[in-house]
Formats: sequence, structure tokens, C-alpha cells
Amino acid sequence: MVRYIIGRIGYLIVTFFIIAALTFMLMQLLPGSPFNSEKLTNEQIEILKDQYHLNDPIAKQFINYIGGIFKGDLGVSFTYDGRPVTKLISERIGPSAVLGIESTIVGTILGLLLGIIAALRRNTYIDYISMIVAVLGISIPSFVFAGLLQYFVGVKWALLPVAFWEGPLYHVMPVISLAVGVMATIARFMRTEMLEVLGQDYMTTAKAKGLSSVTVVFKHAIRNALIPVITILGPLVIGLVTGTLVIEHIFAVPGLGDQFVDSISKRDYPMIMGTTLLYSALFLIIILVVDLLYGIIDPRIRLASGGKD
Amino acid sequence: MDKLLEIKDLHVSFDTYGGEVKAVRGVNLDVKKGETLAIVGESGSGKSVTSKAVMGLIPNPPGRIKQGEILFNGKDLTKLSDRKMQGVRGKDISMIFQDPMTSLNPTMTVGKQIMEGLIKHQKLSRSEARERTVKLLDLVGIPNPDKRVKQYPHQFSGGMRQRVVIAIALACNPMLLIADEPTTALDVTIQAQILDLMRDLQKQMSTSIILITHDLGVVANLAHRVAVMYGGKIIETGTVDEVFYKPKHPYTWGLLSSMPKLHGKSEELLAIPGSPPDLSNPPKGCPFAPRCPHAMQVCIEHMPDYTELTDTQKSACWLLDERAPKVEPPETIGVGGSK
Ligand SMILES: Nc1ncnc2c1ncn2[C@@H]1O[C@H](COP(=O)(O)OP(=O)(O)OP(=O)(O)O)[C@@H](O)[C@H]1O
Ligand code: SF4
Ligand SMILES: [Mg+2]
Repeated sequence: MVRYIIGRIGYLIVTFFIIAALTFMLMQLLPGSPFNSEKLTNEQIEILKDQYHLNDPIAKQFINYIGGIFKGDLGVSFTYDGRPVTKLISERIGPSAVLGIESTIVGTILGLLLGIIAALRRNTYIDYISMIVAVLGISIPSFVFAGLLQYFVGVKWALLPVAFWEGPLYHVMPVISLAVGVMATIARFMRTEMLEVLGQDYMTTAKAKGLSSVTVVFKHAIRNALIPVITILGPLVIGLVTGTLVIEHIFAVPGLGDQFVDSISKRDYPMIMGTTLLYSALFLIIILVVDLLYGIIDPRIRLASGGKD
Repeated sequence: MDKLLEIKDLHVSFDTYGGEVKAVRGVNLDVKKGETLAIVGESGSGKSVTSKAVMGLIPNPPGRIKQGEILFNGKDLTKLSDRKMQGVRGKDISMIFQDPMTSLNPTMTVGKQIMEGLIKHQKLSRSEARERTVKLLDLVGIPNPDKRVKQYPHQFSGGMRQRVVIAIALACNPMLLIADEPTTALDVTIQAQILDLMRDLQKQMSTSIILITHDLGVVANLAHRVAVMYGGKIIETGTVDEVFYKPKHPYTWGLLSSMPKLHGKSEELLAIPGSPPDLSNPPKGCPFAPRCPHAMQVCIEHMPDYTELTDTQKSACWLLDERAPKVEPPETIGVGGSK
């Protein structure tokens, strides 16, 4: 198991550097330039380019860049007065992380509950309502939902702050907008898995032991139904992170997403690359964690090396 | 011997889209203390439904017990609340299932799966339950039990898993054990081992057993009495000797003819031609009539009553009516025909 984890981390690092290299190359292909402003003369642009080492040979830039990553240095921003990218990111990452984590937790818990209840009350109106909610949640994009929430709850009824990030109440609408999709996907998945598990022979065995229905559902059904659900958690969280880009913009959350979008339009190469690398690292870690979690919760994988009798 | 279980006029139906499936239609059965009763019959005859009704495990919906009593030590199980029934399941009555590959929870150690019942019914602490679990694994013939308790079902072979299932069933020393085709899913050599184990355990623990099987060889080996089911009804019942050597019902004849010979001399197997009745629209007369070579007009219109042939043997067939023509059982029935 330890060897497996070390191996996986090794792969993760290699993948990360491949992504770093690809991002660097894409930056070279990105049309436009950071210094397109009409106020700048050609000379000034040359000076700026020199200053930011943009006139060095590509290979040298690349080596500097990769070397910097090793040292935890992602270069300096072109637009924010030459401040280090790591500093800029760390200033903005807080709200994004909070938003992402809250949405994941809220979406997952609600989704599981909805899925479990729907499965246990299969073919009743509770089930039908749950699944209608789920289908709506999956089909309505988070930004549409965010817009509707903002208009009705924020503007029209003035129940919650329309935008910004200044306290718990400000979290409600962005978190709901992001969590709905997660909830809906998990609810549908969990319902299917629960129904599958509830029909298994070992559920009858559990009941035949005289266990109460609550014990049977919690100790035997839910755990087994959760295993496959964990696998979709990875892609879901990744989708959610992408969602934050737009949602932060709509609710004016001072997060990474907003900054990222901004840096792309300004061709702030180091910022773009830095943020991309951060997201890539996050995705890679999520995928690893989900795989490991899968192994922990499913003994058939955990003990794959142990033989039969 | 006292009656441990008495099923009286049990009717179980399933409400499906195609209408009401009358899976069990008036079953009467009893099991005495320390006795093994075998229930045999073709697929779909209602054997599992009957046993699930005893366990209170008929899925509802779609299933329901329409009528009848299931008296266990004189107390009607069909009238118990869910909670009370949970106290009976796994403690007084337990069950062994057909397919050991699917009847254990894949994500829980076998030890925990056995301990659950002990903790629930015998109020043992975890450590006491663990000790008892190790002893149980030893009892059902699993080597290295103290190592095995911590393992998961996928680390066991099919035969070993069935031993675990048996350990779960026996954990609380039940008075009645229902084994629904406990060996059908196993290799032939393993089958024999599991049957030996069951026989030994029954001697040690004097548990009553209801054994459901297609395999008449198993019946001859293990059971004291046999009930033959067809179309949701018991059509003949008697001691093993009576049913094997003096069967009176044409369906029992058919079953015996379709069985590989017990004493060597393999002959061709004679499957009973035709198929079992549609239980969503059961015949009003004898359910076997469409397939019975001796069927008469009366068979199609009226269900025959039981004829008590001895204290222990009963058979529901019009041929036993004094007005019916005398019919001899065929030569092909397994154990040398009737004398
Ligand atoms: N959940 C259910 N829903 C609808 N019908 C059912 C259900 N369970 C059983 N039945 C019906 O009840 C009848 C008897 O089934 P049962 O399982 O008791 O047969 P069996 O004698 O155990 O057969 P086998 O030897 O194949 O196990 C069948 O016709 C089946 O269609
Ligand atoms: S009652 Fe009639 S149809 Fe039924 S088994 Fe007897 S003879 Fe055959
Ligand atoms: Mg069955």
C-alpha cells in the first residue's frame, strides 16, 4: 500500500511537470501581448520586455520558469506592479477555497440525503419530487441559477446581499448556486446505487439477523452504495472549481477565479501560468485522494495483494 | 414430539403489474422440535416464499400475507410488530441462503457480520462477541479462525463463505434453521462437506431445520420428513421413507423419476413434460392436472382434499378417492418403485 501511494505521488509529480511544460508552450501560442497599450512607445515596450525577460531565448525562459517552480517561485505579475504571482494568488485564494469547500460539503450532503431518501421511498411522490429536483439541478447551468437567485432573492426580495464577500450571509447565494449541480448529480447517482444495493442478497442476510431497518440501511446499504459515488466526486469537484470562475464573477467574490479571468484578458503570462498550475495541482491531488479513498472504503481493492485461501 | 412451527392455511400474494401473483395458496405445514423437514418441488412452486413468510421477510410491497397463521411455539408470527419480529429473526429462527457469493456484505469483515447478531440478541460486549465468533468459525470448520475473523468475504472460497453464512445463522443457537438450497451454488465435493457439517451441527445443537432443495439425494440424506410443493400448494407430505418408497401423488412420481438414481444404475432422467401453472391465474382444480397423465374431469374442476394415508403421510390427489380407477406408479421412480 505504501509503495502504491509513493508510486502514485511520483506519477503525480511527473504529470504536473508535463502540464507545466504544456502550459508554457500554450502561453507562447497565445495571440496578443501584455503590452498592447497604445500609450506605450515601441521603445518602452522593448524595455518592459527586457525587464520581464521576454526577449530571452524561449529555452532559457523555459528553464528559468521550471527552475522557479522547484523553488516555489512562479515569477512576477506583468500587471500588478511586478508583485510575485505566489503572493497575489495567496491573497485571493481564501474566498475561492472557502466557496469551493462549502459548496462541495453542502452539495454532497444534500445530494446523499436526497438520493438515499428517494431510494428508500422508491416510487412514492417523495422519490418523484427528489428526482425532478435532481434533473433540474443537473440541467440548469450554475450561472443561470446564480443569476436567478441574485435577481429574485438579492434584488427583488432583498433577502440576502446581492454581491461581495463580507460575512456568512454573503456566502449563501454563491454556495447554493454551485452546490445545486453537485447535489443533483450525487442524488441521482446515490439513488441508483442505493437501489442496486438494497436489492442485493446480503441485505436479506442482514435483515435475517434481526437487525433493525435503521442498522440495515446505515451499516449495510449506505456504505456499499457510497463506494461508487466516491468515484464521481473527483470529476464533480473539478467541475465545481471551474464553476467558481463564473460564480465569483457574478457575485463579485474577490477570489482566484475572478483574478484568473482578468489575467487572461491582460495576457499576464506569469499569472495565467501560476493559476493554471495551481488548478492542475488541485485536480491531480483530488484525483489521487479520491482513488486512495476508494481503496480505503472498499476492502476488495485495499487488500488486492492479499491472496485467497 | 412437540410442534415447534405450525403453518396454517398460509396464503401469500404479490401485487405486480400483471395482477396478483398467488405464490402460496393455502399451505399447511408443521415442524417438530429437532426435526428436519425438507420442502421439495420445481422452481416457482413457492418454497422460498413460504420460508420467507416464516422469517417475516416477504418484501412488502409487492408481497403480503393474505391469510393464515404461522405459529412458532404457539405464538402467531404474522401478528408480531416489526420490532418484535426483529427479536425473533436471527435469534429463534435463522436462515441460510442459496448463494454464498452474494449473501455476505463485501465491505464488512466476516467477524463483524457474525458479531452483529450476537451483540443485538445476546447483548454481548464487543470482546465477548469476538471470542464467541472465533469459536463459531471453528465450529463450522474454518481453519485459523482468529486470523479469519478479520478478513473480508472476497478472501474466502465459496464453500468457506457458506460456512460463514452458517456461522451467522447459528450464532444465537436458533430453535429453527431455514436452509434455502444451501448447496445448490457449490461444487459437488463442497456440497457434501456442507451437508455433513449441517448434519453434525444439527446433532450437536438439536435445532429444527427446514431444508429447501431440488436435490432429492440431499433429502434422503438429511431429512426426516418431506413436503412436496406444487403451484403454491403442498400436494404430498410424509416421512422420507413414505415419500420415497410409497409415493401416492403423480407429481411426486414425476419428481422421483426425474431424479438421478440413488443406487448407481444411472438411467435417463425423465423430466416432467409441460410447465408449472401461471400463479397470477391459478387453476381452480388440481394445479398439476394439465401435466398429469392420469388427470380426470374432476381434477380440472375441483381441488382434491388430502387423503390421510398414515399418521404421517397425506396426499392430495383424486386418484386416492375410492371411486377413482386404480393406477400403479411408474417403474421409473427412483428408489425401486412402490411395493
Ligand atoms: N418479489 C416478488 N414479486 C413477484 N412475484 C414473486 C416475488 N417473489 C416470488 N414471486 C413469485 O412467487 C412464486 C414462487 O416463488 P418462489 O421463489 O417461492 O419459488 P421457489 O419454489 O423457491 O423456486 P426456486 O426453486 O426457483 O427457488 C413465483 O412464481 C414467483 O414468480
Ligand atoms: S388430482 Fe388428478 S390431476 Fe391432480 S395429480 Fe391427482 S390425478 Fe393428477
Ligand atoms: Mg427458491
